[in-house]
Amino acid sequence: MNFDFSNDLKMLREQARKFLAGRCSRQVVRKVFEGGAGYDAELWAEIARMGWLGTAVPEPYGGSGVGYDGLCLLAEELGYVLAPVPFSSSIYLAAEAIMIAGSEAQKQKLLPPMIDGSRIGTVALAEGMGNPSPEHIKAKVASGHLTGTKMPVPDGEIAHFAVVAARDEADDIGVYVVELSGKGVARTRLKGIDPARNQAKIVFDGAPAERLEGARGYAIIDELIDRAAILTAFEQVGGAQACLDMAKAYAVDRYAFGRPIAAFQAIKHKLADVYVAIELARSNAYYGAWAITAGAAELPVAGAAARVAATDAFHLASKENIQTHGGIGFTWEAGCHFYYRSKLLAVSIGSAPYWKDRLIAALERRNAP
Amino acid sequence: MDFNDTAEEAAFRADVRRFLEVNAKRKSATETAHRGRYIPDANLAESLARAKEWQAKKADAGFAAITWPRKWRGRGGSPIEQVIYNLEEANYAVPRGAFEIGLGMCIPTMMAYATPQQLERHVRPALRGKEVWCQLFSEPAAGSDLAGLRTRAERSGDDWIINGQKIWTSGAHFADFGIIVTRTDPGVPKHQGLTFFFLSMKSPGIEVRRIKQISGTSNFNEVFFTDVRVPDSQRLGNVGDGWKVSLTTLMNERLAVGDAPGPDFDDIFALARSLELDEGPAIRNPAVREKLADWYVKTVGLKYTKFRTMTALSRGQTPGPEASITKLVSASKLQEIASYGIDLMGMTGAVMDGEIAPMEAWFQEALLYAPGLRIAGGSDEILRNIIAERVLGLPGDIRPDKDVPFRDLKSGKR
Repeated sequence: MNFDFSNDLKMLREQARKFLAGRCSRQVVRKVFEGGAGYDAELWAEIARMGWLGTAVPEPYGGSGVGYDGLCLLAEELGYVLAPVPFSSSIYLAAEAIMIAGSEAQKQKLLPPMIDGSRIGTVALAEGMGNPSPEHIKAKVASGHLTGTKMPVPDGEIAHFAVVAARDEADDIGVYVVELSGKGVARTRLKGIDPARNQAKIVFDGAPAERLEGARGYAIIDELIDRAAILTAFEQVGGAQACLDMAKAYAVDRYAFGRPIAAFQAIKHKLADVYVAIELARSNAYYGAWAITAGAAELPVAGAAARVAATDAFHLASKENIQTHGGIGFTWEAGCHFYYRSKLLAVSIGSAPYWKDRLIAALERRNAP
Repeated sequence: MDFNDTAEEAAFRADVRRFLEVNAKRKSATETAHRGRYIPDANLAESLARAKEWQAKKADAGFAAITWPRKWRGRGGSPIEQVIYNLEEANYAVPRGAFEIGLGMCIPTMMAYATPQQLERHVRPALRGKEVWCQLFSEPAAGSDLAGLRTRAERSGDDWIINGQKIWTSGAHFADFGIIVTRTDPGVPKHQGLTFFFLSMKSPGIEVRRIKQISGTSNFNEVFFTDVRVPDSQRLGNVGDGWKVSLTTLMNERLAVGDAPGPDFDDIFALARSLELDEGPAIRNPAVREKLADWYVKTVGLKYTKFRTMTALSRGQTPGPEASITKLVSASKLQEIASYGIDLMGMTGAVMDGEIAPMEAWFQEALLYAPGLRIAGGSDEILRNIIAERVLGLPGDIRPDKDVPFRDLKSGKR
């Protein structure tokens, strides 16, 4: 039994942790949060220089080929500090979509500039209210031109291109690469719950679209979100752990009724419950890391379970962090809300009720009577 | 990451399987995984004899105390080997419930404090199941606050005279020996006035009464002590050091406590799939699916947390406080699953007739014993305190009784 990451990967995590602790303080997050730039471009460039963006991408496409388990650990660290960079959109989603659905030539062309950080990608899936499903996809591509409205698109305003889910003339679902600064594309910034995470509405009106030729059908989306669920889960576990650490630090130092509030069972038991939720989520995420790294048939079950556990744990940890801080936690200044607002992670590839249903469906398939 | 055994672990597992295959009966597919946690009351003598016979076989093959030193006829093995053995044994229908407390808690405490002669006398009969041990700790007025116990031991020449009452003692009705913590000095603060002994359960003055639980069964006892004489040579640890000795026992308990036995995710999933209600199969109901997903995530979350523990054990590291998480989460989850399973059955859910209620009324039965699991071996509240203090490093509770002589402490009517 070896249900742990290798020592090399733990070293990678340690380096990432040190780097981010020094480079990505809460002031850095706050600057992006309040400044409206959408992301920290310098931090993005530094992360790219360290090779993080290509962790799970094979060497022929410019990556380091370390593997998904390495990417999982980086995701956890990025989540811990709420790094204001388009990592999830460009790497968990766009690069993964290209790896799943791109032809050999398309991978060679599209991936290297993403990995060196010069081009940011995103995936445009949502078309308004609802969760991922074939019926949800209404955007159309005819003679290589895309028409339709995608909303919200994560990092849609800062991405150079999007991988767009759309239907072809035969009504079959595919994914298409579309340049977002080109003709036939109109982007508007959306007001989001989390100002540190850019979101846009994108109207495509005959925009040139190149189909990813390596795979077809809605199965692409299924696989894409199963994988993204695991990577996002690590980011959420990291964020939840940061909330618990913040709450602990505050509770030990805040005195009321002549004692640190951390000595009262109302606080102790609350934080114990948060700890338990995080550990269960972490264990589910670990299993997800194994499934995605091994390319296991368990991926749909592992991905959904990791997502459900991590979404619940992060929400619990972030709200109870504010509660533990009391009135101070409710102020803009305290910064607890940065984590609380990360609700975007909980809905971006489908919300919790959707993923719970998806989990049970995957279990029904696995344990077919 | 991989889920395979190392070469040594695989060899050990193969040994275990060979032993079990030859000596025990494999569970049938319909046999519910965890039944048989206690020695059943019906045909007590016969059940106990079967348990003792099985224990002797296990001991002779070297599987009864895998981590004990060879000197005491243990295997000198590693904790991971114990885990492997437990997992394998769980697939077989073997008697359980008579020796766990003795071998898991009482004898390890003896090993830390008894004389070589005493160990020579007691370890082997306990290991082979010839003698059963029980643990006399909790009292009517001392549960979570164990150090508040009132059973008195007073010096009388070379002996001690014990008077008082213990409660929740599993197996006292068939135990041969017990370990007991008593108050020897009420004039000092509560933790300082305790002293620890072992004694024969056949001693004159001991009366064991069964407790009928809300489930209707009786797994625990009240034990009354009236002028029970114990020689000073059976004292474990110094006079006044009883709390320290108790902690040795309790540390072993935390390692022994695990999953709450009863219907789990797989069982409620199977139930939801098999129940055809008027509006269609229960599994098609979105509210049901959402609940099931929550339980699945908790169930496998615990399973993978155990994998992390096993990884640590396999590397010779000391595992963290995962055992507290397991009991805290699984006892409540069991209670919820049992209750919801009954809800799924609708108007017939309240029927406990094994012919009518699905899975031989397993959910109904579990609903009635689940409350005990949230209390025994560290209540939910105590476990949360342990996590908060020992894992998260938060400060201890306010203890107004800390520096007060025991006899001056306030007490209520209960």
